[in-house]
Amino acid sequence: MPKGIKNEVAVIGMGCTKFGELWNKTAEDLIVEAFQEAVADAGIEKKDIDAAWFATIFDAENVGKSAVRLATTLKLPYIPVTRIENFCASGTEAFRAACYAVASGAADIALALGCEKLKDTGYGGLPDFGTLLGTDNRITLPNFTAPGGFAQAATSYFAKYGLTAEEGKRALAHISSKSHHNGTLNLKAHLRTEVPVETIMKAPIIAYPLGLYDCCGVSDGAAAAIVCRAKDAKKFRKDPIYVKGVAISVSSGREMFHTSWDGSYIATTVQAGIAAYKEAGVTKPREEISMFEVHDCFSITELLTYEDLQLSARGKAVEDIHNGFYDLDGKIPCNPSGGLKSFGHPIGATGIRMIYEMYLQLQGKADKRQIKDPRLGLTMNLGGFPLLNLISVSIVGKDL
Amino acid sequence: MAGITSYGAYIPWYRMNRKVIFEQMGWFNAATAGVARGEKAVANYDEDTISMACSAALDCMTGQRREDVDGLYLASTSLPFAQRQNAIVISDALDLRSNVRTADFAGALKAGTAALLAALDAVGSGNGASWMVAAGECRVGKPGSAQEHTFGDGAGALMVGTKKVIAEFKGSYSVSYDFLDYRRLTEERFVHPWEDRWIREEGYGKIIPEAAQGLLKKYNLKMSDFAKIIIPCPMTNWIRGFAKALGAKDEQVEDNLQAAVGDTGAALPLMMLVAALEKAKAGDRILLLSYGNGSDALWFEVTPEIEKARGRKAIQGHLAKRNDFNTYGKYLVFRDLIPLEVGIRGEINPPTAMTVLWQQGRTISALVGVRCKACGTPQYPKHSVCVNPECGAIGQMEPYRFADKAGKVVSFTGDNLTFSWDPPSIYGLVDFEGGGRLFMDFTDCRIEDVKVGMPVELTYRRKYSDKQRGYYGYYWKVVPAKG
Repeated sequence: MPKGIKNEVAVIGMGCTKFGELWNKTAEDLIVEAFQEAVADAGIEKKDIDAAWFATIFDAENVGKSAVRLATTLKLPYIPVTRIENFCASGTEAFRAACYAVASGAADIALALGCEKLKDTGYGGLPDFGTLLGTDNRITLPNFTAPGGFAQAATSYFAKYGLTAEEGKRALAHISSKSHHNGTLNLKAHLRTEVPVETIMKAPIIAYPLGLYDCCGVSDGAAAAIVCRAKDAKKFRKDPIYVKGVAISVSSGREMFHTSWDGSYIATTVQAGIAAYKEAGVTKPREEISMFEVHDCFSITELLTYEDLQLSARGKAVEDIHNGFYDLDGKIPCNPSGGLKSFGHPIGATGIRMIYEMYLQLQGKADKRQIKDPRLGLTMNLGGFPLLNLISVSIVGKDL
Repeated sequence: MAGITSYGAYIPWYRMNRKVIFEQMGWFNAATAGVARGEKAVANYDEDTISMACSAALDCMTGQRREDVDGLYLASTSLPFAQRQNAIVISDALDLRSNVRTADFAGALKAGTAALLAALDAVGSGNGASWMVAAGECRVGKPGSAQEHTFGDGAGALMVGTKKVIAEFKGSYSVSYDFLDYRRLTEERFVHPWEDRWIREEGYGKIIPEAAQGLLKKYNLKMSDFAKIIIPCPMTNWIRGFAKALGAKDEQVEDNLQAAVGDTGAALPLMMLVAALEKAKAGDRILLLSYGNGSDALWFEVTPEIEKARGRKAIQGHLAKRNDFNTYGKYLVFRDLIPLEVGIRGEINPPTAMTVLWQQGRTISALVGVRCKACGTPQYPKHSVCVNPECGAIGQMEPYRFADKAGKVVSFTGDNLTFSWDPPSIYGLVDFEGGGRLFMDFTDCRIEDVKVGMPVELTYRRKYSDKQRGYYGYYWKVVPAKG
């Protein structure tokens, strides 16, 4: 049994740009902005960084392949820099790599930085997937999109628990309305308007049964984290946060190719949750987790995650949602930042941005959306689609 | 003795009331009021001659063994490919053996009966035991023309052989003329017609009778010897008098399908024959005539085996499954008659790797997946390592056909974001009878028709077009199953 990295690594500095439709900013502008905030926050200089990981997905959006874009933008002095691409979970993957580097002793200080410029595609939403995956996939798979991939989970979940489309959509609307509210309290969020449940219910359908407000913002942005070994953290700041566990689970193909999966949950979230809880020593998640940031690319993803992370019992998420359990003033606030829904989703940056929110909350710097005395925060970062994906779950805490 | 051993047909789901066309284009050509009656069958955006003829051939495979088929002929004047044999695409989709003889028959509207005669010759001369003949058309009438009204889309298929014959082939008589009623150059889309009165009187009115009478004389028959006479002429008003001139009574004349389908060109005689066989009884004699640069006359005698050849969709089954298609603009888009702002998403068109198609072979064309010999789990596409989490055996796979399996919906959506010629794009996970799961496109349905757990069946469609590089990709989709 691996012993994991619980309490081996600390986050000592973070940075995050405002997310949004940043028409007049380049990837370079965003990388520099996130980096400068993180370095200043950690109180270090560029030369102190021993290794870096760069998360970005759509190289066509002016970032290009490989890690050289990060190295050349920041003029990193011939240190190891690696690009990570693992769907939308790339940000947490870069963070995981940086944590392992310092935990192993290969580096004393490591940087994880994610950036994406999605608003240079010329259309809303992410690019289609079916046509871009090579000839055999182009022929054998539907030309599916992200909303189409997740909407299927909604139809399966509604069918399994006997929810009408109206009942199901109303629970999802509560999630989106809550995240929009949280986003209004966050100056860096992409979308900062209240959206009432009724407006969400009536919105145009993007992929049945998901409407416009069930879908997250597609944004430009960058986020960065600087980590070191936990025992050195206090040299840099008095209030570092500590990494309790970082787990990732990747689809085996069972969901897409074997009839044993019913489409009403995300198998990898379940596994990544179990692994992260084990590494962090969490045995009663519903009681121990103070708050969490999840990958609400679509409202249905957030609903499934409540159950998959053992916070809501199977089939009981709707009840918890309507009881306000996950609202900002609820028992376990979910997506206090506004989530992907309203903070936005520049893919490569998202996983690190989630940790950024937990970092601010644990340090008591979350302004109007500050949660009272949180001890343990969780992030869940998803890449892919319910039927074929990978999930990163990380747990961070205030205390060693 | 050679004859027909099986039959099948295909008519697309979409039916357009011809008044819709007249409302849009009658201002220009008021004379089309005469043909603006009834419905025409319209191929969906993902259908063409290959996909429809393949669907008819699949219907015709009902009760047949793929291994027994020695050849496949395809007839049409609207073949998608000028080079890449169209027939082989269907032969592969049906998962026929590789040592089969395949050919395209084209050029004339009598290509359907030409292919049928060639197949009958092949099995009659002992060159094969069983031969598939499919004919399909997806002809586009020029906007404003009478053909825009009369042309319809559809396909028919016949299996011919020497055993278990349902309609014995008794003989034929053919005439060939360079009669220039309609013509079209290889690079053209639309036919050039000469005056319709001339075509009617000197073409249909003289050439079909010459073939029919030649056959009667050759075999010493009378028109009254036939239970059904198939006259594939789209001129419905005129056909009754024409039949009378031939010496046929009204009840002998098979419906020309113009009220519900339209003129399916080279496929029309075969489709009408299929309709006749659906209601035929042992002992019936059928006179099949074709038209186009001459005429072929063939006659058949139905055998008691006909009663064993039921249980397929054929013409009546397809006529019953329909959906109104009353948007002329959508019709123009489906047939690529007007440019559409497809947006940046729609413009994305990566090249197709021909090497990959060759590597995938029947996996893509015939939907042949694999089954694990260790645990029996069917899976698609080809996997080396068994996907069953309880098994995981490596290299234990044998081929497994999904194409004839029924499915059930696990999850679905109607996607308005992705590029589709007919949004929303409906797709989802489908589990198949006997095991196996595929992530598939749905077609010929509305989002409100789809439910989790709903039964679906497979259909062969054109998945995408790459006109820039001369390629159409074909694949399988699912449609809601009847019942």
